[in-house]
Amino acid sequence: MKLSRERLIQSDGAVSVLVVFLGFLVGTILIALVGKNPLNMYKAILQALSGYNIDNGKMNIRYIAETINYSVPFILCGLSMGFANRVGLFNIGGEGQYIMGMTIAQMVALLGPQVQGLHWVLAILCAIIIGSLWGGLVGVLKAKYEVSEVVSTIMLNYIALYLSRIITLQMPGATTYKTANFPETALITNDFFTKITNYSLLNNGIFMMIIAVIVFWFIMEKTSLGFGMRATGFNKEAARASGIPVVKSIALSMAIAGAFAGLAGGIVALGSFKYGRVLSGMDNYGFDGIAVALVGNSTALGTALAGLLFGMLKNAQALMQSKQIPKEITFIIQGMIVIFIALRSALILYQQYLDKKKLQKEVGVK
Amino acid sequence: MSMILGMLPSVLMIVAPILITAIGGMICEKSGVVNIALEGLMAIGACTTAAAHVLMEMAGVPHTLSLFLALFMGLVVGGLFSIIHAVAAINFNADQTISGTGINLLSTGVTIFASQILFNADRTKEFMMGMQTDALGIYPTAYIAVAVVILSWFLLYKLPFGMHLRACGEHPGAAESVGINVKKMRYFAVLSSGVLAGLAGGCVVLTQTIQYTSNTINGRGFIALAAVSFGRWNPLGVTGAAFLFGTAQAFAIIANNVPALKVLPSEVFNILPYVVTLVALVLFSGKNYAPSAAGQPYEKGAS
Amino acid sequence: MDSKRANYEELKVSEYAIEMKNITKTFPGVVANDKVTLQVRKQEIHALLGENGAGKSTLMSILFGSYIADSGEILLDGEPVEIKNPNVATSLGIGMVHQHFKLVQNFTVTENIVLGMEPVKGRVLDLKSASKRVAELSKQYGLQVDPDALIEDISVGQQQRVEILKTLYRNANIIIFDEPTAVLTPQEIDELMEILKALRAEGKTIVLITHKLREIKEVSDRCTVLRRGTYIGTVNVSDVSEQELAEMMVGRAVKFEIEKPEKLPGEVMLSLQHLEVKDENGAVKIKDLNLDIHDGEIVGVAGVDGNGQSELLGAITGLLPLSGGSIILDGEHIEQLSIRERIEKGLGYIPEDRRKYGVVGEFSIAENSAIKSYYKSPFRKKFGILDFEAMKKEAEHLIDQFDIRSAEGPVTKAGSLSGGNQQKVIVAREISLSPKVLVVAQPTRGLDVGAIEYIRKRIIDERMKGRAILLVSLELDEIMNLCDRIATISKGSIVAVNKQHEVTEREIGMMMAGSHKEAQA
Repeated sequence: MKLSRERLIQSDGAVSVLVVFLGFLVGTILIALVGKNPLNMYKAILQALSGYNIDNGKMNIRYIAETINYSVPFILCGLSMGFANRVGLFNIGGEGQYIMGMTIAQMVALLGPQVQGLHWVLAILCAIIIGSLWGGLVGVLKAKYEVSEVVSTIMLNYIALYLSRIITLQMPGATTYKTANFPETALITNDFFTKITNYSLLNNGIFMMIIAVIVFWFIMEKTSLGFGMRATGFNKEAARASGIPVVKSIALSMAIAGAFAGLAGGIVALGSFKYGRVLSGMDNYGFDGIAVALVGNSTALGTALAGLLFGMLKNAQALMQSKQIPKEITFIIQGMIVIFIALRSALILYQQYLDKKKLQKEVGVK
Repeated sequence: MSMILGMLPSVLMIVAPILITAIGGMICEKSGVVNIALEGLMAIGACTTAAAHVLMEMAGVPHTLSLFLALFMGLVVGGLFSIIHAVAAINFNADQTISGTGINLLSTGVTIFASQILFNADRTKEFMMGMQTDALGIYPTAYIAVAVVILSWFLLYKLPFGMHLRACGEHPGAAESVGINVKKMRYFAVLSSGVLAGLAGGCVVLTQTIQYTSNTINGRGFIALAAVSFGRWNPLGVTGAAFLFGTAQAFAIIANNVPALKVLPSEVFNILPYVVTLVALVLFSGKNYAPSAAGQPYEKGAS
Repeated sequence: MDSKRANYEELKVSEYAIEMKNITKTFPGVVANDKVTLQVRKQEIHALLGENGAGKSTLMSILFGSYIADSGEILLDGEPVEIKNPNVATSLGIGMVHQHFKLVQNFTVTENIVLGMEPVKGRVLDLKSASKRVAELSKQYGLQVDPDALIEDISVGQQQRVEILKTLYRNANIIIFDEPTAVLTPQEIDELMEILKALRAEGKTIVLITHKLREIKEVSDRCTVLRRGTYIGTVNVSDVSEQELAEMMVGRAVKFEIEKPEKLPGEVMLSLQHLEVKDENGAVKIKDLNLDIHDGEIVGVAGVDGNGQSELLGAITGLLPLSGGSIILDGEHIEQLSIRERIEKGLGYIPEDRRKYGVVGEFSIAENSAIKSYYKSPFRKKFGILDFEAMKKEAEHLIDQFDIRSAEGPVTKAGSLSGGNQQKVIVAREISLSPKVLVVAQPTRGLDVGAIEYIRKRIIDERMKGRAILLVSLELDEIMNLCDRIATISKGSIVAVNKQHEVTEREIGMMMAGSHKEAQA
């Protein structure tokens, strides 16, 4: 098959690669403009990606493990945004669903039954459930009362943030920023991973993430439920007229989306920390998840790959800082990537322009 | 009663920037473009103002002049960043939610990145003195906000220009057919929202803190966005909504000093604006007050 | 009137008010106008005739400055002009009454009329004097409207007057009417015809875009015909018959009548009893509507747009909630059932807006064919897993059977198909589900003649198979041609049901406008 310009413009994957490239290009230029060496940024990224430190030639597998660990919440929040997006919704609420999942997981970790093998499962399950309720609420408001999910999710993000503070401040041993330590039975750390990765924070969350990616793919691409949801996302009116229960699709899709983000909150709470946190601001995984899903075109595989990219950038932040590159450059790159995705509609206009030119030539317009 | 009167200056201090931003957001939506980047644009304005003010302070620029210039720069930079949204939404028919989200993400990076470069820290350097209150204990930002509300009302409802702008948000095809340049109108509106959000960000910094940090804006832009829909897209309604939300925010801050309010966690007041908006959206669902064409790209010649 | 007409003939206007020469305009994927020429004499009513997609509206949008031609020239009164935007057109004295009114719903009549050319006091809007000016104009031309009413509160006919006033307010000498009668009642159409003649008498030049031959014969002096973007010819209307005009428009001999074998209707299959539908504001849109449809008959619902047709369709299909009455399909009440349950009971639906309600553009033909039955065998396997291969196989079958033209067969995206082929996908899907009752809304709107004939034939075939068919259409011709019985709807009720051969179009038109005639059937 010929790799024509037209095919590239129409290929979602190619466009994603292009926007990521453009995002990095802007980042690189900006670094150079402020008088730093962009090469240092790429050295940090290389180290985050491969564990290889190009300056001293040392290899540390811990960096790879951390990149993967960071990518877990990105991917899950990306799935949250992506799942809703496929049903035609813009889920800005991943952050709130994540916070609620995290909060409940912390609560169960501190107050739940300290039974080996049950405690953390219960905490994770509760995180998934509260996430899906938090998301499902948005779906119900949208389906029943036509409340814009963009506005309601923004509101629910902040409600979640402050609610989390209220709840967590009541937990045992709570100070203004943390609670007492979790019992061992609540943690999802994986001793084997810890040992082989030089004490990285990589934990059992990775398995849950992989299962989530597969579940996303299976529901969306293979099942009759997914078929109805995709139809709803593409054309709600036609789906409804065809007998697809769109109200159910919308509410259910937000609940499933919320479950992914809630799971992310649970995994971060029990995998990356040993105590409950009293949040003073957003963790931003939910917001970054929007970018992850957009780069991944809301597909399971695409979102997983985009999540790894974001995990890598996050892991590279500390390394950049040590090389005198302000770590915020990664946020700028992420923001630019999303802006370029918004601008991709220009490609459609460009294609239309080309089509028109071609046609004019055929008709013989000078 | 006297307590509430005593609170008035701090309520005004908190309401002013939210109101200024909300009016910008309202003008933007009236023209048919939804701007969820208000939060990010406020942050950019706040960071610019804080940085400019502290740098001018260090350079020995007179205080009032420095304040004025710093606010002006916040306004300009806010406007510049909003051009991204304008180009995406107006020229390229982009999804307005995506481009707004992009600007919000970008703003967290750009502001702190700039602070790192200028001050070698993840925040701007503290300035010595911000804005001063007048004899009534009221900051000038309150008067700026009042002026913005009145001007916006006059512009939208009393001048032909405003009628043209509103027509673009209701039925761009109709506007185009009588020779109104829809793109130009929408550019004006998006830039207004950027300029006002930038100005408002500066107002936050100069009245409520002593430096810019990643937590300075903390949802104020989103509250402004909520005030636009809660206020049903008209200047008076938006003003009322901003007051309601601002008062709730003020309570959250003041609650710690008032024994009677201490029984409740201060977060309860923080939550209030968001809950009120959510409930209002449900109660008022059905009848839609939003401009009919808000959020939809307009392609020339399409009916 | 006649004496004025005679004067006009004597003047022998030799100069043209408008000349458009060799106009070409392309859009992505379409050549809308290919070297089209149009010459309009001063003070004539000049009809522009063509099928859907013939390029009439594009040509007029170029004249009005909404589009810019790729090539060609425009002369007004013999002077070459360049019309870059509607502002230029307005300043040259060209006005346009759009088919889809360009009116801001929550602005007043006055605000809409003066929009873009507002009177000011100082720099501030002066709506009071604007309103006075509008009142004067409406009196001068006999176009009654309330200057201070909101557009959303006035009737469609009045909205059209606002559009006409808009052009007069701008001192238009040339007024373009784009399909002005599509949305009007027969009485309103008569009034409009008088208005057109009055405007001509006042010295205005009028271009009338239409595909309705009768209107052309009634008011036009000359007529230019376009077909598929090309110029076919210009004729004096008095020299040609409707049949000849139709042949110019379509490019071949047209059969006005469709072959429809006799068929005796059977049992009542769909019974609508005392239906009532309210909109979200509580306004009654349908009240006490009763209608029976039998096996093997086509019942047409004739009416002016906005008299409850879309609410009726919504109520039957389940898209809109019913506030009272019963719907009985083959002896079973279905009014409480969900949309899907109604489909399963044997209700088929061919919607009027196919892009919005009929197909999912991003789905393939296969997926669209299965969209009403994907959740059942043979498409759904264990654990809810779908068999996409089975969908493709079924779609291939339908593509063969219904002659659906596509680039890539079953996997072609429905959105990339032509309107006619999209409609065939829908018709194929609905017929393949073997419905007991088929509800059909505006099945041929926007299609070319070939597709129209095909779709109509398929509908008649279904009748021969013994299906009960309800046809809702705004085209009276279509209803007269296809239906066995005709139910006339007015203000949300069926005012009469007549056998097709026992009633004339004129009579139906009268009933559509609300003057009752007792039901005979």
